[in-house]
Amino acid sequence: MKAFTRSGVVLTAAVLSLSLAACSASNEEPPAGSSESAASTSEAMTELAGNLQGAGASSQESAMDAWRAGFQSANPDVTVGYDPVGSGGGIEQFLAGAVPFAGSDGLLAEEEYTAAIERCDGDGGALHLPMYISPVAVIFNLEGVGSLNLDSETIAKIFNGEITKWDDDAIASQNEGVELPSTNITVVFRSDSSGTSENFTDYLEQTSGGAWPYEATKEFSTEASQSVGADGTSAVVDTVTSTDGAIGYADASRAGDLGTVAIKVGEEYVAFSPEAAANIIAASPLSDTANGENDLAYAIDRTTTDSTAYPLTLVSYHIVCAQYDDETERALVTSFEKYVASEEGQAASAEAAGSAPLPADLSAQITAILDEIAAA
Amino acid sequence: MTTTEQSPDSKPPSDYGTHPGAAANHAFKWVSTGAGSLILITLAAVATFLLMEAWPAVSMPAAELGESVSFIKPEDGQSLLEIIGFLVYGTILISVIALLLGTPVAIGIALFISHFAPRRLAQGLGYLIDLLAAVPSVVYGLWGVAVLVPFLQPFYQFLADYLGWIPIFAPPESGEVFTGRVALSAGIVLAIMIIPIISAVSREVFLQTPKLHEEAALAMGATRWEMIRMAVFPFGRSGMIGATMLGLGRALGETMAVLMIISPGLTFSSHILQPNQHNTIAAYIALQFPEANALGVNSLIAMGLALFVITLLVNMLARWVVSRRSEFSGAN
Repeated sequence: MKAFTRSGVVLTAAVLSLSLAACSASNEEPPAGSSESAASTSEAMTELAGNLQGAGASSQESAMDAWRAGFQSANPDVTVGYDPVGSGGGIEQFLAGAVPFAGSDGLLAEEEYTAAIERCDGDGGALHLPMYISPVAVIFNLEGVGSLNLDSETIAKIFNGEITKWDDDAIASQNEGVELPSTNITVVFRSDSSGTSENFTDYLEQTSGGAWPYEATKEFSTEASQSVGADGTSAVVDTVTSTDGAIGYADASRAGDLGTVAIKVGEEYVAFSPEAAANIIAASPLSDTANGENDLAYAIDRTTTDSTAYPLTLVSYHIVCAQYDDETERALVTSFEKYVASEEGQAASAEAAGSAPLPADLSAQITAILDEIAAA
Repeated sequence: MTTTEQSPDSKPPSDYGTHPGAAANHAFKWVSTGAGSLILITLAAVATFLLMEAWPAVSMPAAELGESVSFIKPEDGQSLLEIIGFLVYGTILISVIALLLGTPVAIGIALFISHFAPRRLAQGLGYLIDLLAAVPSVVYGLWGVAVLVPFLQPFYQFLADYLGWIPIFAPPESGEVFTGRVALSAGIVLAIMIIPIISAVSREVFLQTPKLHEEAALAMGATRWEMIRMAVFPFGRSGMIGATMLGLGRALGETMAVLMIISPGLTFSSHILQPNQHNTIAAYIALQFPEANALGVNSLIAMGLALFVITLLVNMLARWVVSRRSEFSGAN
């Protein structure tokens, strides 16, 4: 009961912030004063001042709040703003020159790369920096079972209602020694439009070998007759917690005491962990469309067989220009992004949003790239 | 509605130009006229906004819209119009459940307070009811999902086991009501939400029944129930209808409680004990808005327009019923 009340409060807060976000999303004008600055000194690095405005993916919203707070307390003269209009809207505003950086769950399309060359100073175009890595956990509520091994095909069949009992052979054969009850499986899914659903269905579509008949989408759909939709992460976790035999998916940071699924990667079963989630980046190649080696646009390889990686992971980027002619703007963007990529910044987002911190070498690589971002 | 009759030679109030209160009278006239027109302007502005913002989505071919808006899937039988159809059905279904369950209870409470309860108890109860009307819907939603839904689930199972042969009480495929997050729960919580409004208004109306009518009925040997039927109900009928429509208005537009309780779906199903069958317009908009792109927002606004139209229709209907009834109410 107590636990519920607390998550209820979180839910309420989430709903409130969503509706606030909705208000701002309906405002189609780009935020004003995106890169105005009061600083005129040439040593902007030491005395940063001004207003830095970003827009984009709502998945990064709570992480962004933490980064904003951390960066502003280190640089009291800087104001950072972020409008969580969604990845598409953020890229649109970035390309229109309304914001100096965008947050995005996906990569720029080819024509967007071209548009970015136009938009950015010089001819370096735009760069992706992976800043926010968040594993998605498959959670379940079965008394006495804390962890299960499942391959993607079985997960897809469970979520689409082809497997309806917990003691089904497909589950039992992968979990020898685990006593499975014959409880009915209740599938719990996000009824709202969400990036978590998109990542989960993308994973299922790519890896289940056809067992998942739908495309990757933000709106979860299922044939399972015993299924319940819930609005938002908190509601999904609450519903799974209160339903015996329920299975669902949620940001890993919210899994709590629920049982979690170790998913099959290659020949082994991998449980989610910050390290494994971060490893998916190392296991993935750069996208074919990437704009040179400084553009860390990864084609996340969900089908990887590298069993140190957890492929059911959301990777979200900051998209910046390779060159900013305005020195103040450059200083603001690069120092903010350096803070975000730093150990401190990643720790802040890990605490606030439950994301997985960037591996140290990736963090160092991003810092080096940021150092190369030039001013005219 | 009788107004005090004016004798032919009495002057309209505005002609009292030299009266000492003329300036204040004038100012009052303008203030009240202004307030009255403000409502009209607001209504017109809302309607214009809805129409303009909905237009890009409504005017676009279904297939094209489906490509750019993730929640519109014409190929799965979920084009914009079809979704609106499902949602209008769900909205009305859940509101009707709420009205069916809530109105009798609310009228009962109102009658108890106005005619049966000892005076002191009636006052306390009246305050309580007014307080309940002020509880925000998100609180009802949280309470519904945390307390009421788990509590109702065994009762639903009972309904499904014994009355499952009636289509509306048919259980899910497995025969087991595995969740209480269904249309009936949403209807019950909405019923609880609209009870205070309906009973607060009805109570006031019942209290206005002329004592003379009531005493006349009692003097003719009527029992208390007969007196209520003969004197109170006819007098209060238009008020009760008005109160019910106010309640219906709240039920139709309710977002949070429905959003938190129901496991939504888009069908024309009548199975109110099955999840993933129904949703309301307001809850659907709240579900999809945060991640919607520009055209998605236009589509959602088109759904809002549908809700706006339904609400207007309901209110006009209520007006019409009230005005028709008032002639026969016997209240005059």
